[in-house]
Amino acid sequence: MNYHTPASFADASRIAAEATGTTRFLAGGTDVLVQLRADIVTPDDLIDIKHIPGVKAITRNADGSWTLGVAVAGAEMTEHAELMADWPGIVEGMDLIGSTQVQGRATLVGNLCNGSPAADSVPGMIAAGATVTVTGPDGSREVAVEDVPAGPGRTTLARGEVVSAVNIPARGENGGDAYLRFIPRTEMDIAVVGCAVNLTRDGDTITDARVSLGAVAPTVLLVKEAAKALIGTTLDDAALEALAEAASAACNPIDDKRGTIEFRTHVAGVLAKRAAGIAYARAGGEK
Amino acid sequence: MTRIPTRTHVTTTVNGDPVDFLADPRETLLDCLRDKLGLTGAKEGCGTGDCGACSVQLDGRLVCSCLVLGVEAEGREVKTIEGMAEGNDLHPLQAKFIEHAALQCGICTPGILVATEALLKKNPDPSEEEVRYWLAGNLCRCTGYDKIIRAVLATARDLREGV
Repeated sequence: MNYHTPASFADASRIAAEATGTTRFLAGGTDVLVQLRADIVTPDDLIDIKHIPGVKAITRNADGSWTLGVAVAGAEMTEHAELMADWPGIVEGMDLIGSTQVQGRATLVGNLCNGSPAADSVPGMIAAGATVTVTGPDGSREVAVEDVPAGPGRTTLARGEVVSAVNIPARGENGGDAYLRFIPRTEMDIAVVGCAVNLTRDGDTITDARVSLGAVAPTVLLVKEAAKALIGTTLDDAALEALAEAASAACNPIDDKRGTIEFRTHVAGVLAKRAAGIAYARAGGEK
Repeated sequence: MTRIPTRTHVTTTVNGDPVDFLADPRETLLDCLRDKLGLTGAKEGCGTGDCGACSVQLDGRLVCSCLVLGVEAEGREVKTIEGMAEGNDLHPLQAKFIEHAALQCGICTPGILVATEALLKKNPDPSEEEVRYWLAGNLCRCTGYDKIIRAVLATARDLREGV
């Protein structure tokens, strides 16, 4: 295995593009090293992107948007009070992943590119309207987070492409987000269903919303029908019922011992209602 | 851009001491600590980041050393359980773990002590719930955890009160 420590994303991309065998990018390593040890994936070329300037930076831009370096760990997000205040749903989704030790290393981009439909940090990013910057042999492009997963363990990124930044929109006024998941334990488990809601209010009325569901389909979903059920309402009972119905209707889950199809489909609606309630309260100024 | 050959010379700091070793890039920091530096306090339980027996601090951040490559330690600061006591003087956590019999077989203990030291540095006055969540990634098959939690809370109280 060749271990590379490129000093730029262009170099990282070139190494990956020129490699002939199996390639992996290394950020937090909480998936890559597990796969390495289990002989699931033994890279011929391992490209450690942590020597690239800026990968550990959390930056609030002049317009209020955020740029997160790709090696920012979950613990660093949780400790960042301003990021937490703007996007609690994203941060709490990331914070649910793994133990304290895993939080010291695990990253948003690793969680996204690992391609799990149950990735806890991904619904929050999708609901927020976040994008990733992807650097490839022909330059950089910006990709919506919901367009990255292609199926369990797969992404739409081409050979030689590497995610080089996470871009989160400006929070703006009167906005709030939230992420909830169902697990059969209280901690250290993989989502059976996850749901993120991000919305903006004008007074009591919801003017904009995005809803994302995890673990109920081959990829994390952006559920536009669920958002439509919220927009223009004051989150009254009828809106909540319509939201739950739309969320459940979007589900195409697996059936296993952790959750049956019926259970996951029902819980998607329940979590959507609860997450919408939290997001609505946060948008109204509640902490 | 650096392309590092099969065996890499790694220069790092462990418990304040400069050290160096040669590592195959596939070797974990845990393997390097144990097999190359003779620091066998960090244990391998699962090797996949689930059990926390290999916990160390990397640049002040609590991590599983089985989920870090040895070559990643280049230029960083590693702190292990071997750096916890000062000579023959045990760290207050170590002394309190003995007092409370917060261990039986001892395999998980170094990891739990390292993890707990990191907690008390971040939060000198944790609630029981906070201690339990913080240590959720440190598995113990002997004690049932209660003695560990009590030892941690008692140490935190002593340290706050300057005992």
